Amino acid sequence: MSDIDGQTQDRQIPDKAVFLPLAQFQQFLELVQQRYKIIGPVVKDEAIQYQPINDIHALTRGIRVEQNPGQYSLEASDNNLFFAWSNGAQALKPLLFSPKESLWQAQRDEQGRLGFVALTAKPTATAVIGVRACDLAALALQDQHFLEKAQPDPQYQARRQALFLIGVDCTHPANTCFCAATHDGPALQTGFDIALSELAEGFLLRPGSRQGRALLAQLDLAPATATQQKTATQAIQRAADMQQRCLPEDNSHQQLYNQAEHPHWQAIAERCLACGNCTMVCPTCFCYSAHTETALDGGNATQVRQWDSCFSHGHSNLHGHPVRADIKSRYRQWLSHKLTGWLEQFGKSGCVGCGRCITWCPVGIDLTAEAQHLTQPGESV
Amino acid sequence: MSPFHVPSEAIILERIQESPNIFTLRLQFADNTQAFKFMPGQFNMLYLYGVGEVAISIVSDPLDDHFFAHTIRVVGRTTEGLSKLKARDCVGIRGPFGRGWPMLEAEGKDLLLVTGGLGCAPLVSVIEYIMRRREQFAHVDILQGVKHADDMIWRKRYAQWAQAPDVNVLLTADLPDHVNWPGDLKGNVVQLFKRLDLRPDNSLAMLCGPELMMKAAITELQQHNMSDDNIWLSLERNMHCGIGQCGHCQMGEKFVCKDGPVFAYPEISANFHLDSI
Repeated sequence: MSDIDGQTQDRQIPDKAVFLPLAQFQQFLELVQQRYKIIGPVVKDEAIQYQPINDIHALTRGIRVEQNPGQYSLEASDNNLFFAWSNGAQALKPLLFSPKESLWQAQRDEQGRLGFVALTAKPTATAVIGVRACDLAALALQDQHFLEKAQPDPQYQARRQALFLIGVDCTHPANTCFCAATHDGPALQTGFDIALSELAEGFLLRPGSRQGRALLAQLDLAPATATQQKTATQAIQRAADMQQRCLPEDNSHQQLYNQAEHPHWQAIAERCLACGNCTMVCPTCFCYSAHTETALDGGNATQVRQWDSCFSHGHSNLHGHPVRADIKSRYRQWLSHKLTGWLEQFGKSGCVGCGRCITWCPVGIDLTAEAQHLTQPGESV
Repeated sequence: MSPFHVPSEAIILERIQESPNIFTLRLQFADNTQAFKFMPGQFNMLYLYGVGEVAISIVSDPLDDHFFAHTIRVVGRTTEGLSKLKARDCVGIRGPFGRGWPMLEAEGKDLLLVTGGLGCAPLVSVIEYIMRRREQFAHVDILQGVKHADDMIWRKRYAQWAQAPDVNVLLTADLPDHVNWPGDLKGNVVQLFKRLDLRPDNSLAMLCGPELMMKAAITELQQHNMSDDNIWLSLERNMHCGIGQCGHCQMGEKFVCKDGPVFAYPEISANFHLDSI
């Protein structure tokens, strides 16, 4: 269970990594399992998904992922590693900010009097294994959005406090990844309880919180050798070097509101389907709508929230009409908010370089390419 | 239970029909032991049982801290349902939300209150606030423009306000000439500015109403040498949560529900002129 203060202190004196031989991986998982339900990456519906697991055999292994704009496929890998793949469509976001959940219930008695009951989530302690740096960066932003305010969100808060995070340094980014350019990966930096680096013969483990340190202390592991550390560092460096995409180097995308009249928005709108896939897979997107679901007998009504998208027609509805009526204004809202608005709202860009919006866009719109276009002088259409 | 996350039961004390499709609910919390503290310009989320929530500004005076009122226009399913409620019926209330009008900054200044349409509702709370504390403010101009004569609610109140010392009330309707309109003037509310004797160095303007009206008013005020810092406006956007969380109310980098709904013009001037923002 991550302790943000604890992590800050921990970072000042980094713990030395220890080596977990492959043969002890199951034992490590069992140790985690004593305290937590484990969620880890599995192959399901031809994609990598985070699902409950009971042992290491359920985990992905020997799998690599091919990702391109509008394309995602699994392939057999030329190694037998557990984590030699790039991210699937979702990771942590749905575990904390549920795609659909009840907030409170209203009850009406025969006299018409109303009573209200909060329906706060009661999560079980959960450990997630295999979390990437980009998703931890996104989690930090979601924490800021849902927790760091006068009125923290009770649902998110309950789940967040029950979460234990086992991250893994990313060594096999996809073609769509650009976390090196956003400085969010591929190496784990902060926000984990335990960090893994995967080697052919096992894992390097280092704690990132008090809870992580306490758990590792229960295993009698030798310090990682200099060679092992060097191999792990080189794999991360290769992963960074492999990445091709980036946002404009002059940070001009941080002033996208100044480009609101750029003709290229219309060019994007002609390809964009406004399906909202990008917002659903984005690990930082936080929009939700609330609606009322009434019991058939009318005796109670539950207020439910559900992920929403700034691409949906009703998102900006005001007096029955959308403020952003066309796709151009909706794409402009999404990208300007993501790359520019977030900076004022949260002090950091809303893009962590995970590349999901590129992969899962049915027409393969690439935000890095669009950001480059939009920050160049436009030719009038 | 946080009053911002989960509604509290409120009882309708009185329902007043203001016009064919505008009505006011005077409310009291069922648990009325705590004072309800708010500022003019803030809003509540009103919950109609089994239907949903809607953001509505508070029109009553903060001194009446055990009662509060909302003036509502019927525009959709929830407001139509609310319009059918009567005294002793119950609703749910979350709030108050947002940042209200800059009443401390307004003290000692000439005030120019410009409203259009039902825009008068968020500003009526300010007008009432000023009238109850008349000595704290200098000259007051109240400019109200409506599109339809039916929208001209609270005529008696405007007449009363006009009787107060050093208060100038101008009402106008944007109607064709042949339509009978009992108010003072016809035409757009912004056209009334030329009748004013503004002291730009010691004035504060508060605008509320359709964005096109407010944009025109800002241009006019700038031509009268009003500093942007002294122009304040209340914005409307889709709102589901009230706490800057659900994302619907964003305008540029602002969460209208939390950072506003009342803004000083320089806070939003970078994006306010854009269409569909």
